[in-house]
Amino acid sequence: MNKKIVAKTGNEAMAEAMRQINPDVVAAYPITPATEVVQLFSKFVADGRVDTEFVAVESEHSALSACVGASAAGGRVMTSTASQGLALMHEILYIAAGLRLPIVICEVNRSLSGPINIHCDHSDTMGARDTGWLQIYSEDSQEAYDNTIQAMKIAEKAFLPAMVTCDAFIISHSMARLELIPDEEVQKFIGEHRRPYALLDVDNPITVGPLDLQDYFFEHKRQEIEAMKEVKASIIEVATEFEEKFGTHYGFFEEYRMDDADSVIIALGSTAGTTKVVVDNLREKGMKVGLLKIRVFRPLAYEEIRNALKNVKAVAVLDRATGMSSFGGPVFHEIRSCLYESEKKPFITNYIYGLGGKDIFPEDIENVYGELAGIIKEGKVEKLVNYIGLRE
Amino acid sequence: MKKGWKELAIGTQIKKAGSSEDFKTGDWRTEKPVIDLDKCIHCLICWIYCPDSSIIVKEGKILGVNYDFCKGCGICAEECPKDAITMKSEI
Repeated sequence: MNKKIVAKTGNEAMAEAMRQINPDVVAAYPITPATEVVQLFSKFVADGRVDTEFVAVESEHSALSACVGASAAGGRVMTSTASQGLALMHEILYIAAGLRLPIVICEVNRSLSGPINIHCDHSDTMGARDTGWLQIYSEDSQEAYDNTIQAMKIAEKAFLPAMVTCDAFIISHSMARLELIPDEEVQKFIGEHRRPYALLDVDNPITVGPLDLQDYFFEHKRQEIEAMKEVKASIIEVATEFEEKFGTHYGFFEEYRMDDADSVIIALGSTAGTTKVVVDNLREKGMKVGLLKIRVFRPLAYEEIRNALKNVKAVAVLDRATGMSSFGGPVFHEIRSCLYESEKKPFITNYIYGLGGKDIFPEDIENVYGELAGIIKEGKVEKLVNYIGLRE
Repeated sequence: MKKGWKELAIGTQIKKAGSSEDFKTGDWRTEKPVIDLDKCIHCLICWIYCPDSSIIVKEGKILGVNYDFCKGCGICAEECPKDAITMKSEI
């Protein structure tokens, strides 16, 4: 395979993936920091490099609504957004999932107002975690690119919509090395888009989105729940094929130096990259530390995560969103819940960090590992929820 | 027997046209129209006005009401020029 090596930002990487996927319809509205994805893609359309019908709309609510219509018509459909844009799409997110339409969103993780802020945190997609969309988080531009290509295939296998995310500015605007798969190989990988039923199939008329009251609504929701369980097999199938063809391994999560680790940090997105550096440094000093980087947050591979943590003594979950529950962030809650059936429950603690784009440094992560070592030594968790880099 | 979640088409798709015939809406009713065929002059005004196509007509003659779909709105009784239709409580 002749991969082309280029320098691209996260936004450029996702726009490239969209170009190579060559969707039938893209309906989008620009928003910082995802503007570039849409801007670059509209240039591909203007230059005739894709066959896509580009629908410029007046809001993200309209963008996703147009995507729903196009997808119900039978098209391969994508869009891109961030933050307030995803929030404005919120009601349509449920509709896309409920109607089982395999739309893919390239999402750039940005904080939600207020106070108004344009920088990275995960509150936008964490706010959408119950919508029925697949969520795949990316550590860097390469993963944002690879995940976008895989997401299209997974979504269309499972008839579930998917959002692929990358961290605002840290990834979206930072240039990095990117291995591009040849266009025709991407097309071969994702395959021809086939839908068993579609509105534009006039020989086989169907109804999409009828009123679904007490009699059937719950039954349709139960189907979605099942699809979220079953899609796990498709995620692994697609990742395996991706690895066979393009050489990079992907799973529900990545285990970094976890083999004999006593203390483990769980993180999503770009912070996982920073954590890897710290893990390497601490390993050199003889500390048994590791990282579990969650790639697929929806569905959550709870059994696999529990199994991966079965010999770990202390876990710190890093949340880049608060959840406002008064006892920690959303990732923390779910990981803690995963561990309830564990025979040997590790100590677990939560660190909220990086809200509104506040930087996290290697020394912050070193401190977390230091505190985990202290928890193991003392045999108890003093503080369930902690804050990194916050002025008191 | 209504279908369970395993048998239903996904995403609320309905794969046949005219399926509203399978969705009986008659149980929404609290009053039902009863036609006195001795008074009825078969002008078909009730048939024209009925929003649910529930007036049964054969060869230009009113035969009665299809209670599987009549929602009991009472428009037929209101419009009947001969007061041949009365609304009877079903509660």
